[in-house]
Amino acid sequence: MSSRMVKVYPRFERLWHWTQMTLIFVLLFTGLGLNGVHGLLPFGPAVMLHTIAALVLLCVWIFATFWLFTTGTWRQFIPKMRGMTKVARFYAWGIFRGEKHPYHKLLWRKHNPLQAITYFGLKILVFPAIWITGILYLTYNLWEEVPNATLWLTVIANLHVLAAWVIASFVVVHVYLLTVGHGFRQHVAPMVTGYDCIDLTHEQEAYLETNEPWRLQS
Amino acid sequence: MRRVLTALALIATAAPALAQQSTAPEIPGSDSTADHSKFEILQKEFTSGPEVTEACLSCHTEADDQVMHSIHFNWEFENPRTGELLGKRNVINAFCGNVVGNEPRCTSCHAGYGWDDMHQPPPQQSTAVDCLVCHDRSGQYTKLATGAGHPPMEAKGKTITGADAWAVDLSKAAMSVGLPGRENCGQCHFYGGGGDNVKHGDLSSALVMPDVHTDVHMSPDGANMVCTDCHVTEKHQWAGSRYDVHATDPEGTGRPGERRRVATCESCHGTEPHPVDIKGMKLNDHTDVVACQTCHIPTMAKGGVATKTWWDWSTAGKRDAEGNAYSEEEFVQSDGKHLHTYLSIKGDFRWEEEAQPIYEWFDGQVSYASAAQGGKIDPTQPVGINEIAGDAHDGKSRIWPFKKMEGRQAYDSVNDTLVYSHVWGPDTDTALWTNLDWGKAIAAGMKAAGKEYSGEYGFIDTYMYWPTTHMVAPASEALDCQSCHAEDGRLANIAGAFMPGTGGSAMAGLLGKILFALALLGVLGHALLRLFSRKGEP
Repeated sequence: MSSRMVKVYPRFERLWHWTQMTLIFVLLFTGLGLNGVHGLLPFGPAVMLHTIAALVLLCVWIFATFWLFTTGTWRQFIPKMRGMTKVARFYAWGIFRGEKHPYHKLLWRKHNPLQAITYFGLKILVFPAIWITGILYLTYNLWEEVPNATLWLTVIANLHVLAAWVIASFVVVHVYLLTVGHGFRQHVAPMVTGYDCIDLTHEQEAYLETNEPWRLQS
Repeated sequence: MRRVLTALALIATAAPALAQQSTAPEIPGSDSTADHSKFEILQKEFTSGPEVTEACLSCHTEADDQVMHSIHFNWEFENPRTGELLGKRNVINAFCGNVVGNEPRCTSCHAGYGWDDMHQPPPQQSTAVDCLVCHDRSGQYTKLATGAGHPPMEAKGKTITGADAWAVDLSKAAMSVGLPGRENCGQCHFYGGGGDNVKHGDLSSALVMPDVHTDVHMSPDGANMVCTDCHVTEKHQWAGSRYDVHATDPEGTGRPGERRRVATCESCHGTEPHPVDIKGMKLNDHTDVVACQTCHIPTMAKGGVATKTWWDWSTAGKRDAEGNAYSEEEFVQSDGKHLHTYLSIKGDFRWEEEAQPIYEWFDGQVSYASAAQGGKIDPTQPVGINEIAGDAHDGKSRIWPFKKMEGRQAYDSVNDTLVYSHVWGPDTDTALWTNLDWGKAIAAGMKAAGKEYSGEYGFIDTYMYWPTTHMVAPASEALDCQSCHAEDGRLANIAGAFMPGTGGSAMAGLLGKILFALALLGVLGHALLRLFSRKGEP
């Protein structure tokens, strides 16, 4: 076992992450405006911006989903219970006692168990909730003939707004957790450079050195 | 030779004069194959309107029959949806009340000659049709305000637009005829209710030569359209009725060459009028429930002519210290003109310019069932002279703009019916406008209408809906989204619709905010604990 700086976030994943971040901020900003939280944008332009950003994000997600499945990266996001209590205990207790983060990143497990289950929940619940309700909201005129369409639209709009607030809350916690452990800059860096400190087995290290030396930093 | 010279001199001097006198604006696209000034039968002195009509009918043999079957002539309309017998002949409105008993003042705007008794149908001889009021293009034909439809033959009295009358040159009018221009229709329809724009709010003299801001269709700087471009006719029957409104038109435009029979926006603009981009598609999504007029007529009474919005008849009859009728002119229009806010003969008025319409679901059905035809009313409530039908879920209603005319009108306080009143009659001792006595005016009006009257009267709040459809603004001046998509937006009273931005997702919003606040608090608490435990990471 040795700790090495390994490229675990390829260019596409980083591009995906930051595009998604930008679009989510645009969507939150415009969406909250549309719901009366602020009045910084007139309704019409806000709707247009919101719609365009949403359509672009959907495209990004389609690409990302394709990428996750073709590269096998999807396995990174499947939640595993192993080590979960340790991580949870760390955030709830150990962190205040100056303990070290209990999780060591592995080559095919770059997220800690809490991270993995959170991202999994986002991908499987919250993101689908927001885009399914969003598309239904946008295409109301295609299904307005169904009985009680106005009521359904009200339900859909409410779910959409609720999902948005869940995402906003995620953003808060997500950003906060970057300050934990090695500090904000060190946590953000992998998503910029692509390299993160990973515990490699000798076999993995040997494989990478032989076949993918560009993935190893010094 | 001398005769030729004289003739030339005459032409030379007359030509510019003729050009000056022709005040009627050119009708776009009028390229008739007939120059009526070349018809011998029209090149003579006429001494009355019917004489001109007789000349017209010598060629246009079926015109009289066609006109006599139109609402313009009969003032009667059987609503095919409700079966109600409507039309000026029958209904009470929220303005001067009723026609019966007030001929020939009210019938001065009749598209015919000599209808001076509402108990009789309009005169049936073929020459009773007034061709000139619609087809005169000399710009100097008019009708006398009190002449039962006849034109003034001398400079005495007033015209139907309230101007001092002049002697009409019938021969000149007859030789000028063409398709109706805006001012032809306008001399009656712009002055309904007793003055410029009093009645409709969206029909005023401003539409004779409007700027684009006032009316993008009728402005010479816009499409320069005339009324009949939309109100298409067949056999002198016009499309477009306020009694039976085409509130939605899912058919849209006709095929090329197809005769359009409706006066809807969609009949020209189609059912998906906005461009196919991301904004246009969203706007097109609105057309099934929002009438075009709602966004494209942000205000009515534009172009410097205000509309009357309140008429309180109950205060009529007051006299000044000398015992004379008097008037107040407190409303100043944007053109500087002072408008009556009180008249002893009519009561109190309120006016509005650039007025914002009110909005209601509307399926096109306007009902006058009870009140406007002398039926029972509920005196504890404001009385609807007409009522509009429609709701969010009937699949045919759209949100429409209206002028809501309000005021107070006389009613029979024993029988609980609106009353007919005799207002005009310079020679009678019962007419309100001559004697300022409500009791006599109502008794005479009810007698003229043949209605039962208890002899007791009072006044009651009334309202009347007038669909707004003219004075369409240029697209750039259409309502912004947030005019309605806001918590206190223009459509705040509209029920049964989900409108984003109006607080419809407030519950999720509140839940979400709580969740978000908890997340913030949690993070903050965690951070504080880390700070104070001081054993955190470096």
